[in-house]
Amino acid sequence: MLRPRIIPFLLIHKGGLVKTKKFCEPKYVGDPINAVRIFNEKEVDEIMVADMDATVNGKEPDMELLAKLAAECRMPLCYAGGVKTAEQVEKIVGLGVEKVGISSAAVETPRLINEAARRVGNQSVVVVLDVKKNGADYEVFCQNGKKGSGLKPATFARQAQALGAGEIVVNSIDRDGTGEGYDEELVGIVRSSVRLPVTALGGAGRVEDFGRLFEKCRTIGVAAGSLFVFKGKYRAVLITYPSKREKDQLMLGVKKSKNLI
Amino acid sequence: MDYGLGNLRAFAHIYARLNIRVVIANDLDAIYAAESLILPGVGSFDWAMTKLNESGLRNALEEKVLKQKTPILGVCVGMQMLAERSEEGDMSGLGWMRAEVRKLKKASEEGEKQKAVGGWPLADSGSKAKSEMPSTTSSGKPRCELILPHMGWNDIKPAGRSALFDGIEKPQFYFLHSYHFMTSDPVYILGETEYGIRFSSAVGMGNIYGVQFHPEKSHAWGIHLLRNFVEKC
Repeated sequence: MLRPRIIPFLLIHKGGLVKTKKFCEPKYVGDPINAVRIFNEKEVDEIMVADMDATVNGKEPDMELLAKLAAECRMPLCYAGGVKTAEQVEKIVGLGVEKVGISSAAVETPRLINEAARRVGNQSVVVVLDVKKNGADYEVFCQNGKKGSGLKPATFARQAQALGAGEIVVNSIDRDGTGEGYDEELVGIVRSSVRLPVTALGGAGRVEDFGRLFEKCRTIGVAAGSLFVFKGKYRAVLITYPSKREKDQLMLGVKKSKNLI
Repeated sequence: MDYGLGNLRAFAHIYARLNIRVVIANDLDAIYAAESLILPGVGSFDWAMTKLNESGLRNALEEKVLKQKTPILGVCVGMQMLAERSEEGDMSGLGWMRAEVRKLKKASEEGEKQKAVGGWPLADSGSKAKSEMPSTTSSGKPRCELILPHMGWNDIKPAGRSALFDGIEKPQFYFLHSYHFMTSDPVYILGETEYGIRFSSAVGMGNIYGVQFHPEKSHAWGIHLLRNFVEKC
C-alpha cells in the first residue's frame, strides 16, 4: 500500500538552517548537512529544503550546497527557492536532487512549469503555493509572502496541473511556525482541485496533526519544519521524527480511513 | 552508465560506502571494463531513449549485456527502457524483454465511489494527455482516475526466485513514476506492487534486471538491494 509521506522541511538562510514564524524572524538552528545526516539515520520518507534568501534577494540557488545535500541524502530531496528558469531546474536535477519546487516564478511566469516539465519530466516539477487568508478567501502570494497574486489556490493548482506540474505543495503562511495545526480547509480545497500528489505545509504542531489529514486523504504528504527541528530551552538543536511505532500507529489510522486513493 | 540522466552520484555514493568499486561511465573503455552495470533513468521515456541513442554508448552496452552477459540493473525509466515500447512516447525501447510500458490507472472499469465518507472529494485530472482515456466508460459511468505520479513509499511482494531481494525483510522502496512495465511473460516478474493495479515493480531475465522504484533513495532497503545486485546477481 502506498503510504502517505511525512516530510521534514528545512529552511536555509545565509547557509544555515533556520526557523521562522509566519515567514518572519529567522532564527539559526544549525547546519543543514548535519541535519540531513541525522534524517538519514532516522530513515525519513523524503525531505524538502528551501532557500529563503534566493527568492527574495534574487540570488542563484546555492548549487554547491545542493550538490553536497544531494550526495549526502539517502532519501528523495526536493529543493525550492530562487528557481526562475528551466535551465536552473535541469541543473539542480542534474546534481542529484529528485524534485525542484517553483513558487514565485510559477505564478509570475506559468509557462516555466511546462518548460521545466519538458526537460526533467513532470515528476520532478513541484509547484509551491504560499497562501494567506484574505478576509474570507485564500490568496496565493509570491516573494516570500510579500506580494499577493490575486489568484485562488484551487485555480492556480489546476493551472499548474494542466501545465505539467507533478506535485503541489500548499503552504499556509498564516500557520507557519505557530504549531496550531494545518489549515485543513485550505488543504482540502487544493486536494479536491487536482489529481496530483499534494503536500501540506505550515502549522504542524503535533504528530496527531498528520493523522487528522490522513483520515481525510490517504495519498497526501505532510511537511513540517518546527515540529522536527527545534531549539530546546538550553539553545540545543533537537532533530526528531516519528518513530517506527508512531508511524505504524498513523498507518493504522490510514488503513481505517474510508477514503480511497 | 552516464548517458545524461539519472541520479548517478547517489548510486556512486552508496557503492563507495559499501567499498564496492564504482565508476560513473560515459566512455567506451569504462563500459567495457564493467563487471556490473546500472542503467539509471528519470524523466520521459522518449527523452531517455533519445539521450541513450545519442550518447554513442548503445552499441557497447548491447555488446556487454546481450553478448557478454554482464549483469545490468535498469532503474525507474531505466527499467522501462528494457521494454519494446511505451505508451508515454513514440520511440522504441531497447527491446531486451518482451514487454511494453503503460500508464498507471485504476483496475476497475466501473466508476468506484470517488467521494468518501468524511473525506475530501477527489477531482478529475482535466488534462488532455495523448493517451488519456475517455472520462466515462461505454456504459456512461465515470471512469476512475488515479493520483499520478505514484509518489512515495510502497511495498514490494517478491515473486519468483531471485537474489535481488535476498535478506530484505518487508521490502519497501520509494517510487516516483506514472507509467509501469507490463510483460506478457510472468516468469520475468520478480516483484509486484499495488497502486491502482498490481504492477511489476521488479523484473529479471538472465543477466538483465529492472526495478521501477529508486533503490538509490530508499535507505537501508535500497542499499541492501544494490549490494545484492552486485554480489549475488
